[in-house]
Amino acid sequence: MTLLPSASANAPEVDRLLWALLAISLAVLALVFALLLRYITRYRANSPINRGVESKKSWIFESVWTGATLLIFLGLFVWGANLYVRMFNPPQDALRIYVVAKQWMWKVEHPSGQREINALHIPLNRAIQLIMTSEDVIHDFSVPAFRIKHDVLPGRYETLGFTATRAGTYPLYCTQFCGVNHSMMTGEVVALPPAQFAAWLARNPVADDLVGEGRTLYMRYGCSGCHARGAEVPTVRAPPLEGLYGRAVPLNDGVTVMADDRYLHDSIVSPGAQIVAGYQDLMPSYAGQISEEDLLKLVSYVKSLSAKSP
Amino acid sequence: MSAETADIKIPAAAIDRSYLHDGTSLKSWLLTTDHKRIAILYFASITAFFFLGGAAAALVRLNLVTPQGLLGSPETYNRLFTLHGVVMVWFFLVPAVPVTLGNFIIPLMIGARDLAFPRLNLFSWYLFMLGGAITLWALFIGGVDTGWTFYTPLSTAYSKGHVALAAVGIFVAGFSSIATGLNFIITIHRLRAPGLTWYRLPVFIWSMYSLSVLLVLATPVLAITLLLMLLERLFHIGVFDPAVGGDPLLFQHLFWFYSHPAVYMMILPGFGVVSEIIPAFARRPIFGYKFLVWASVTIAVLSFFVWGHHMFVAGTSVYSAVLFSILSYLVAVPSAIKVFNWLGTLHKGYIHFDAPMLYALGFIGLFTIGGVTGLWVAALAADVHLTQTYFVVAHFHYIMVGGMVSAYFGGLHYWWPKITGRMYPEAWARIAALVMFIGFNLTFFPQFILGYLGMPRRYATYAPEFQVLNVLSSAGSTILAAAYLLPLAYLIWSLLHGKRAPQNPWRATGLEWQTPSPPPTVNFIATPHVTQGPYAYAPPAEEPPPREAHE
Amino acid sequence: MNSTAASVGFQYRNRADQHEAALTGMWLFLATEVLFFGGLLFCFVVGRHANPLAFDAAARETALWAGTVNTVLLLTSSLAYAAGIVFMRAGNSRRLMHCCWPALALGGAFIALKFGVEWPGDIAQHLFPAAASFKIGGALEGGARLFFVFYFVSTGLHGLHMLIGVALVIWIMLRARRGEFSAHYHTPVVMVGLYWSFVDIVWLTLYPMIYLVGRG
Repeated sequence: MTLLPSASANAPEVDRLLWALLAISLAVLALVFALLLRYITRYRANSPINRGVESKKSWIFESVWTGATLLIFLGLFVWGANLYVRMFNPPQDALRIYVVAKQWMWKVEHPSGQREINALHIPLNRAIQLIMTSEDVIHDFSVPAFRIKHDVLPGRYETLGFTATRAGTYPLYCTQFCGVNHSMMTGEVVALPPAQFAAWLARNPVADDLVGEGRTLYMRYGCSGCHARGAEVPTVRAPPLEGLYGRAVPLNDGVTVMADDRYLHDSIVSPGAQIVAGYQDLMPSYAGQISEEDLLKLVSYVKSLSAKSP
Repeated sequence: MSAETADIKIPAAAIDRSYLHDGTSLKSWLLTTDHKRIAILYFASITAFFFLGGAAAALVRLNLVTPQGLLGSPETYNRLFTLHGVVMVWFFLVPAVPVTLGNFIIPLMIGARDLAFPRLNLFSWYLFMLGGAITLWALFIGGVDTGWTFYTPLSTAYSKGHVALAAVGIFVAGFSSIATGLNFIITIHRLRAPGLTWYRLPVFIWSMYSLSVLLVLATPVLAITLLLMLLERLFHIGVFDPAVGGDPLLFQHLFWFYSHPAVYMMILPGFGVVSEIIPAFARRPIFGYKFLVWASVTIAVLSFFVWGHHMFVAGTSVYSAVLFSILSYLVAVPSAIKVFNWLGTLHKGYIHFDAPMLYALGFIGLFTIGGVTGLWVAALAADVHLTQTYFVVAHFHYIMVGGMVSAYFGGLHYWWPKITGRMYPEAWARIAALVMFIGFNLTFFPQFILGYLGMPRRYATYAPEFQVLNVLSSAGSTILAAAYLLPLAYLIWSLLHGKRAPQNPWRATGLEWQTPSPPPTVNFIATPHVTQGPYAYAPPAEEPPPREAHE
Repeated sequence: MNSTAASVGFQYRNRADQHEAALTGMWLFLATEVLFFGGLLFCFVVGRHANPLAFDAAARETALWAGTVNTVLLLTSSLAYAAGIVFMRAGNSRRLMHCCWPALALGGAFIALKFGVEWPGDIAQHLFPAAASFKIGGALEGGARLFFVFYFVSTGLHGLHMLIGVALVIWIMLRARRGEFSAHYHTPVVMVGLYWSFVDIVWLTLYPMIYLVGRG
């Protein structure tokens, strides 16, 4: 299995699992085909061989091979599940990059404001977390060289974590059928050593970073009219956003939710669904009024407020 | 027996004439309530659908000969693979064995004169044809380009194809499935011959029973799902629409709640057919009868709880993925049991290599490959890499085509003498079985490697490095296509020129062999009484003289 | 007796056997119906879980009086038909007819109230989910529209089952008038009774979900 580069921290581990699966599969197939071929040659109708007496007590055989099969299967399950669960727990300091999918292109926004289309530049040996959403149908972000894949859904944020370990350019595919030009929705992931990545960022200067753009939108949509605190705001109508990200938020139906990316996104798109305890359902929905790209800028800005909170 | 038995009058003509000669007008076929004639109607329709779906597959493989796509437009390609999927899943794989072989053989095997509800049986054929006609209409006036899975919101808001019409067709055909399943369950419960207890039933009946439970319980969920999808498409608002607080993943949950059991609807009948053929040609009782029987039932039950393994990368919670993974491994255990039971049946047998047996042996090999690769995609981290690639395409074709279609052809040859009263040409049949096996492996084995290398499925165009394996696969598909055309030719030939079939050409034990070939309309002149279990095969020395030669 | 004798299929040992098979078949059919409506209710539960406030607000817009009156109409209709089955078991097909008339009238009244009064009222109040203007605006609009998708789909499907049920009762009455049923043979009468009761049970699930829960 060397035809496919193994370019992420995760890839060799998945390959080990695949090798084990291959070994078990070949063993099972060897056993089945050997028995099959032996029996059909040895016991063909005109074979004069003495068949002896019929073997009895089939339940012993049945129980033994049922048990053995079950044990092997459980082993595979534990192995695969363990690896999978770890893939979903990226480290806290991961570099968060936003991905917006639409028919039929990938749009990438770096936290420092750089934008790419159908390409993703990443630094080597640094945990990356993609925060992905779609503007239309379901897409899927797949990089075979990293052995990763995850669906990208409209109206919500999905995350995908990985760490590239080998420099190079690797194909990126959309692997959830998304309409006419599905097979053209491809791109490339470029993994660069940190210094080169910094140089790449520098070569692509931007007017403002994601947070800055988010701040502009925050002002434009008048969010501060309700969410701001201070002398200029006479009545408190909406919960403060400072220090919100990453905190547990009590809702008025008694449930507590974690204020993650998805929560911030959903609270802008359908604010009525989750009302913070102590507040009223006043905020209008911005569904369909703010594009997914602008939404993630707003989300980045709101997240940035947490760093400055008292 | 109640005194009322006297009420049941059987027309004299129906006793001594074969069902094929009991009326020859078109009306006597189109308005028949005889399960055997309805099975023949289904044979004709199923065969047409099979070759239609196969033609679409051939064009799909043709397109993939070059990286840019030979057909030129991705739109055409998308419509072709959707046509292939829709026709093959709902109009061939799910119904094929039950409505043809099942319809014909179940009453004969249990010593009944017909199914419990003959008019419902005919009605379900008309529903099937109506659903098929609507779907084909949709596929031909412009087509559908969503794939057979109809994922929202592509299907509800973005696709420009005739999604609604196709969904209506599948919806209607679904009720045909429900009617068939219901008919089978009641028939098996209430119309078994005297002495035919549950543990004396052939494995084929058990698998038809398990299949029917799936048909009856899973299909209504598909019906409501398609209905909701359809309304959402027509009214631009609905339960799967995230813009109003709906959930597109909900569609996938409901869809796979049907479609995963549907996979077992396709393969359980295959298990049943193979479990009849192997004992008959190995001259041995089936090994571990009760294990086989309960494996079928266990598979049917567990299959309702594994739908989430189609959604490991779809954005469901990690915990549900872990749960569905372990359940998927559990459902694989009974399938593994079956393979070893078939091998156990061959042990110390007297094996004959007639065409049905070749198909059955091919089934064991191909199904095992399909089964072990299922272990790959059930392992969560491995599935992340392999799902949505050609690996999955190869995996399910090994189960569906290598498994189910092989079993269908095996069963078709096995019961052909009973159904038509003619023998098929043995030499041709063996050649077809071998060519099919070779063509199948050439077509689908390269796709495992393509999948590992990362080639996504449903791609009209692809990267040049995948071309060699794609050409290999397309070359294999031409061999496979030729292999499928062979039986079409020689089976039709045998209807006119085949040798007359004796009552029991295989010296098999089932009740269906204790009545003339082809059977009279009433199936049995005297209701058989059963005194022993199935598969009472004895070594040749203790058997009556060898069967008539038919090669 | 000729017509009844002919109604025993030649695959059955006797009429009792056929009666049992038909009834079991009906139960199985109703099981498929449970799964059919079950899929819909599952979607309702998921939708409600995601949009609790909107679903409550929308439920308060439903016509509680119409739903309640319909519940009474439907239960009484079933009661009448069930009484008819008891009479038929005793061989009294005249009394069956006497029971079918009110069952039919009450079922018809349900349909008339639902589709003649309640639905037009909802639509006039801008509660049709696919309409351009919708009564409930603001943050809850999307979820409320979703609720009314369920409302129209579920009551529509239930109403369709009611229409089929009414047609079945008429069919039973026509056959009863021709004297086809007796104490020995009345399988279709019982089967239609099972169906009619099932339609009841569906309504008894829908009624609280649509009209009551959101008002709690």
